[in-house]
Amino acid sequence: MSLVREPSADQPILEIRGLTMEFGGIKALDHLDLQVRQGEIVALIGPNGAGKTTFFNCLTGIYKPTAGDLLLTPTGEKTRRLNGLKPNKVTEQGLARTFQNIRLFPNMTVLENVMIGHHCRTKARILGAIFRGPETRREEKQIVRQSYTIIEKMGLAGMVNEFARNLPYGAQRRLEIARALATDPQILLLDEPAAGMNPQETNKLDHLICRIRDEGLSILLIEHDMKLVMSLSDHIFVMDYGKKIAEGSPEQVRNNPDVIKAYLGEDIVDGNT
Amino acid sequence: MISLKDIRSAILISLWFIFLTFPLMVIKVNPIDRVIDWRWLNMLYVGGGSFFFYLISRIFIKHKEARQDKMQKKQESERIEKSWSIFYKPKVYVPFLVIIALFALAFPLLFSTYQTNIMITALMYVMLGLGLNIVVGVAGLLDLGYVAFYAVGAYSYSLLNLHFGIGFWTALPIGALMAATFGILLGFPVLRLRGDYLAIVTLGFGEIIRLILENWNEFSQGPSGISNIPRPGLFGLEMSLNGAITYLYYLMIILVLFTVFVVNRLQNSRIGRAWFALREDEIACQAMGIDKTTTKLRAFALGATWAGMVGVIFAAKTTFVNPASFTFLESAIILCIVVLGGMGSIIGVILGALVLILLPEYLRAFSDYRMLVFGGVLVIMMVFRPQGIISNIRRTYTFTGQEDSP
Repeated sequence: MSLVREPSADQPILEIRGLTMEFGGIKALDHLDLQVRQGEIVALIGPNGAGKTTFFNCLTGIYKPTAGDLLLTPTGEKTRRLNGLKPNKVTEQGLARTFQNIRLFPNMTVLENVMIGHHCRTKARILGAIFRGPETRREEKQIVRQSYTIIEKMGLAGMVNEFARNLPYGAQRRLEIARALATDPQILLLDEPAAGMNPQETNKLDHLICRIRDEGLSILLIEHDMKLVMSLSDHIFVMDYGKKIAEGSPEQVRNNPDVIKAYLGEDIVDGNT
Repeated sequence: MISLKDIRSAILISLWFIFLTFPLMVIKVNPIDRVIDWRWLNMLYVGGGSFFFYLISRIFIKHKEARQDKMQKKQESERIEKSWSIFYKPKVYVPFLVIIALFALAFPLLFSTYQTNIMITALMYVMLGLGLNIVVGVAGLLDLGYVAFYAVGAYSYSLLNLHFGIGFWTALPIGALMAATFGILLGFPVLRLRGDYLAIVTLGFGEIIRLILENWNEFSQGPSGISNIPRPGLFGLEMSLNGAITYLYYLMIILVLFTVFVVNRLQNSRIGRAWFALREDEIACQAMGIDKTTTKLRAFALGATWAGMVGVIFAAKTTFVNPASFTFLESAIILCIVVLGGMGSIIGVILGALVLILLPEYLRAFSDYRMLVFGGVLVIMMVFRPQGIISNIRRTYTFTGQEDSP
């Protein structure tokens, strides 16, 4: 498997320094620092409106950050700066994302959805498409084969020729992850993958994310489901009002008074202490 | 089936129609005898006709709604596939294709020059429709100025011939290339736009091209146009008018086959997939690493190419071009072909072009009413088959591994 890489603990694969995003006078992100290490599952949590999705959009090139650095260092390669790249270039560099509200291609089949993910790793051009030479045909075959492998891994093999819009909700979520995996990423960004899922589906997702991690990918996820976050994450960052208010292992974060304050309000913390 | 409410609204509608058509259908002034003819019988026809048409349309619509309710989405797609799947069996479609091919080959021998000429026009619209289908049907970019590329092709040939004496066969690729260039030129400013906004800008673009051709006399000879454009040649062979038309007909058949081949290959390629994805969801498309800019520009350029080629053929066929041939109405008709035929479906677009171009010609028998019937057909089509004659059943990539046997 090409995805397996040697984990190296010292150099974070993704490093974010002083990321700031202003909309007019509003600072949606305020000097945010964050690191993701190779093979880690990192969670970003925070109350609604804390700026989590804004952070994702800055990272994936949908917004252009006002200040700060986004640095990607794939193992054994040079550091690259991702600021100001177009979304498709960011994906080419190795960041693949899913969306909070599912954004599949509803009128394409499951297989085609995943095949789209391979787009930036393949290169058939117009003339290749028209003449369909051996090169193009081999590439097409390879795309189908690789896509099917991913679909199988995500447990969608039974629905491979189904239209994406006809899939049950949980399967659509998994298809989005499959599609992101097809871009052959270094880091997988999951925006609330468990939103709207029932406990069994969440449980299944938990296993799935762990398996992806075990194959050597790093994962950065935004999530509201605390149970999932606590059981899954190696490292947690907590945001509120665009600022980082805490970070650490699940245990540290759980006991951090600032975090409890942000989530539950001032009074309860005072009452506890 | 029909409720009292339907009958009541049918009566209201027939009364409304009687009122609307009263001055036209009932009152007739006879200026010779200086009397007014009251044709009350016409009123009865209008009233009765609209009453029954309304009821019939209600029955059909109800039938359709009932069917939709019954079918789950999934079952529906299966049903569509089943009803069409019989055409995918070689046993069925091979003889079918052979008959069509023989008919197409024998057409100029069987019918008059006039009929052949109409058929050439229809085939030209097939090509135009297939070209626009790339932009509108596949990539989902609503283009209302497609006729501009058609004009670019036609004028490329006319002007190059006028000034440099360039022949048809040299002009054909040049016209295509020129149109593709203009496609990219249009593509750049509209990259950020989508939907309604894109439609307006392309509409403006189409008008700009036409107005330039109309007003820049030194360049295009203005509204008087360019005449005496040579017909396509065949190794310098002298041909009679009939011979030239027959030749052009076979040429069109070959070009249409070429278009179908290329467009089909494009749709089923990595680029075609990117176009379909762009139509489905632009943001997700970018997040999957598809470059929006190049994908859109490719769609515009490749769509315009066909219009440019047809433009050259148009100039050669009519031997005369002027800006009046490239009005917005042309764009609208080509768009109708794509929408009526079925967005993204090649066979649908071919059928759509044949229906839309041949129908008004053969309806000439009804003279005054032919455009009315034409309009009626369009309305009925959009009510009962909004997805077009042949909805695009896209299951190009079905996995056929052994794991997949259902």
